[in-house]
This record gives sequence, structure tokens and C-alpha cells, in this order.
Amino acid sequence: MNRKTKKVESESITVSAAQKEFLRKHLIKKRRIRFFQIILLIGFIAFWEVGTYIGIVDPFIFSSPSRIIKTIFEMAVDGVLFYHIGITLLETIISFALVNIIGLAVAIILWWNDSISKVLEPYLIVLNSLPKSALAPVFIVWLGNNMKTIIIAAISVALFGSIITMYTDFKTVEEDKIKLIYTLGGNKKDVLIKVVLPANIPSMISLMKVNIGLSLVGVIIGEFLAAKAGLGYLIIYGSQVFKLNWVIMSIVILCIIATGLYKLLTYFEKKYSR
Amino acid sequence: MSELLKIDHLSYTYHSLEGETQALFDVSFSVYDGEFLCVVGPSGCGKSTLLSLIAGLLTPSSGSIYINGKDIKSSGKNIGYMLQKDHLLDWRNTLKNVTLGLEIQNKLTENSYIQINDMLNTYGLITFKNSYPSELSGGMRQRAALIRTLLLEPDILLLDEPFSALDYQTRLEVADDIWGIIRKEKKTAIMITHDISEAISMSDRVVVLSKRPGTVKNIFEIKLSVPDRTPFTARSAPEFKDYFNLIWKELTCDEQKN
Repeated sequence: MNRKTKKVESESITVSAAQKEFLRKHLIKKRRIRFFQIILLIGFIAFWEVGTYIGIVDPFIFSSPSRIIKTIFEMAVDGVLFYHIGITLLETIISFALVNIIGLAVAIILWWNDSISKVLEPYLIVLNSLPKSALAPVFIVWLGNNMKTIIIAAISVALFGSIITMYTDFKTVEEDKIKLIYTLGGNKKDVLIKVVLPANIPSMISLMKVNIGLSLVGVIIGEFLAAKAGLGYLIIYGSQVFKLNWVIMSIVILCIIATGLYKLLTYFEKKYSR
Repeated sequence: MSELLKIDHLSYTYHSLEGETQALFDVSFSVYDGEFLCVVGPSGCGKSTLLSLIAGLLTPSSGSIYINGKDIKSSGKNIGYMLQKDHLLDWRNTLKNVTLGLEIQNKLTENSYIQINDMLNTYGLITFKNSYPSELSGGMRQRAALIRTLLLEPDILLLDEPFSALDYQTRLEVADDIWGIIRKEKKTAIMITHDISEAISMSDRVVVLSKRPGTVKNIFEIKLSVPDRTPFTARSAPEFKDYFNLIWKELTCDEQKN
């Protein structure tokens, strides 16, 4: 990171007029894109709000921006909102952490022992292609109507794909880099610690970015079926009692949470990659 | 000069589902202490297999390898191996890259840094100590790879076409560089190459292998009348082209027969 900024600085000292012009045009283009992005959002919200006033959009089933803000405010004041958000976030983060830890551990075992990986391969493929939402009702029967079920359901969504991706990445490490460790007197453990793991840190971070989204999907599916709290519960309950304000508000908050978590990982990615 | 390494009726066969491939057949030769030996041969003649066997990465199908008269596995001697590419690890800086071998063998102590800094200084890498491999030139990367190997204090150095990934001009420079370092550290070296000129310019003796299954066809002692011999000046020695023709003939008569 530091090295990169240094390079840019030393270049900017000797910038030619043509280069300045190029940079200026680039900046204008970037600003124009940002402008239209914001216009699109404002236009959408304005159409939605105005539509409910003039009667093209039925606020009873579509809610409206002002109703959403009012609902957020009301629920924030009596604290219910933060409770539901907190539950969903907690479940998502626990599932995400477990997916990464279990995924990494299993991927290492598969990489270490070729026979185990060959034996398990067909099962992993089947489990990965299976729609995991089909498992959620089974988990409720087995584990009960509680947070444990939701977390297990969320883990099942992301875990098998994670294992397969990580294991495949581990396997693609250059054969000669592995030979290098052996020529330096190392063993398989050294290959893992000195080459395979560090070489795969970038791919593990990209995988985490996928997993955070999948964990959220899993948690919401779980909450649909087996919850007394959380944004998924709010969506299902709201739609059953026709409180569409709750439903749409929860979806909006989910958008914000999903983006926030993704951005958080992008931040860590930038921080730890040179 | 005393005999350091003895290769005795060595054979090696690879097994795969498609069948077996004999890579080496009845290879015998000796390497003397302090010598620079080159092995040349057509591609696929088992040159790299030979080095892997000497390094102990493979076990011979038959025959033996001795160091100082003891079997290679029980000799306790250190063997350094340089691969075709430098294989510096991108996520480590130069210092961390050269210490990789010591780290793996748990030999990295406070005291080693004195020697490490000394070597980095001697071979012009001290100012690049904290640089990452992407910032080094091909020659610097190759030198860093050699230092990584030398820090383990090998008794014999194996080089597997160490310059093949470099462009021609860099190749000549790096060959001089690496040769100089090996001489200065008084190491015994076995280098594999398919470049006849490179072999003659660098070595004391050249072993010619036949095509697969590789076996020793001939061994040439290289004596060049140039003062201050380096791989580069060796190329202008009057005997150079005679050796070239001799080895060339040895390599090609093999093909004509078949």
C-alpha cells in the first residue's frame, strides 16, 4: 500500500500537459457516472413517494419512502428495531466465522490427504449442488425452533462451496514452489505454512466476500422458518399481518447491512494486500 | 582433488497409468571436490531426474549415490538445489526470501543475520533487503535465490538450468555472476543445461547424456587457455569451438543412429 502511493507521488511530479488532460477527462467521466448513479436513486425514491400520493402506487402493498422512514423512527424509539437488526447481524457473523473456520480446516485436511479428498469428492459435489433451503425444515425438526437452527442452516448454505473452492485453490499452487520447499529440507507442514496458505490469502479474502453474502442469505432463510426475532422474522410476520411497512423497511435495512459487510471486507482486503 | 560424489550404476524408472518410462539407465560418474561439472543432453533425457535423485527427492530404482564414500541418505551432507526459475515468494521481501531455508530448518538465529547481511552486501542486494521480488531484476532475483541456497551451507550445489528463464543478454551476465559466487564460496557444483556453449564456458568437465533412457555417452575435460577465466572470457578461448564441435557431434550422432 505504502509503496504504491510513493510511486504515484514520484510520477505526479513530472506530469506532462497531455497526461494532465487525460487525468482531467478521467475525473469528469468518473463524476458523470457518480451523478447518474445518484440521480437514479433519487428518481426512484421520488417516483415511489409521489406515486403513492397521486394514486399510481398503492401504499398499502408497496409502502412508501416516507412511511418507511416513519416506521424506522417509531421502531428505533422503542428499541425493537435494534433488537431485530442485532439478532440478524449476530447470527450472520457467527455463521460467517464458522463457515470460514470449518471450511479452511476441511480444505486443509483434503489437501493434506489425497485419499480422503478422493473419497469425499462425490459427496461434496452433491451437497454443494443441493438447494440448502430444502434442508432448513429438517434442521428445525432436529434442532428445534431456535437460533442454533438458523446458524446451522446459514452454515449449510455457504460451507460446501467454500470447501470446494478453497481446496481447488490449494491444489493450483505451482508444483515447483512445493518442490522448492522440499529442496530446502522442508516437509509437508512447511509446504502448507510457507507456500500454500500465504499464496492463497488473496483468494481466501475473495471467498470471504462471497461467504458474507451467502451467510446473510442463509440466516434470512433460517429466520423465515424458525425465528422469534430478526429481520427475516420481521419480513415473514409483516407479510402475514399485512404490515408491508415492516417488510419493505426490513428489506431496505438488509440492503444496507449487506453492502456494509461487503465494504468492510473490501476495506480489510485493501489493508492487507500490498 | 578428492572424489566427493560418486554415482554408481544409477537407473530410474517412472511409473504412471499409461505405463512405465525409463528415464535413466546405468549412469555412472564421479564429481571431485571443488569442481564445476555440467551435464548436457537432449531434452527429456532424464537430466532433471538425475538432480532429483542426487538431492534425495526421488529414490533410485537401482544403483547408488555416495558422498565421501557413504550412501547419500546416511551421509548427513547438505545438498543445495537451484530450480529452473528463482521461485522467490512474492509475499516475502528479499530478506525474508533468503532466510526461507534457514527458517524451515530451524537454523535462523540472531547470529545468522550477520552472515546474511554480509552476503547480501557482497552480492549487491543489501539496498534491496526490504524490496519485494517484483521490484528486482532477473539477475538480482537469481542471486537472491542462490544466497537462499548457500545460507544452508551445502556441500554440493545442484543447478537445474538456472538461466533458462532469462533473456540472452541477462543470461550471460547472470552466468558470470553465479559462477563467480560459486567459485568464491568454493562450492562443488553440478549444473544441468541443454546449452552447449553455456556448459563449456562454465565447467571443468562436461558429462554428455544420451537421449532417453539417459546414460553417460562421454565425459570431456574442459581446458581453456585464457587468463582469468570467467564464463564470459571462456567464450573467446581458442579451444572453445573445438569443444563445441566435439560435444555437438556426440549429441547428434545419437539421433542419426536412430
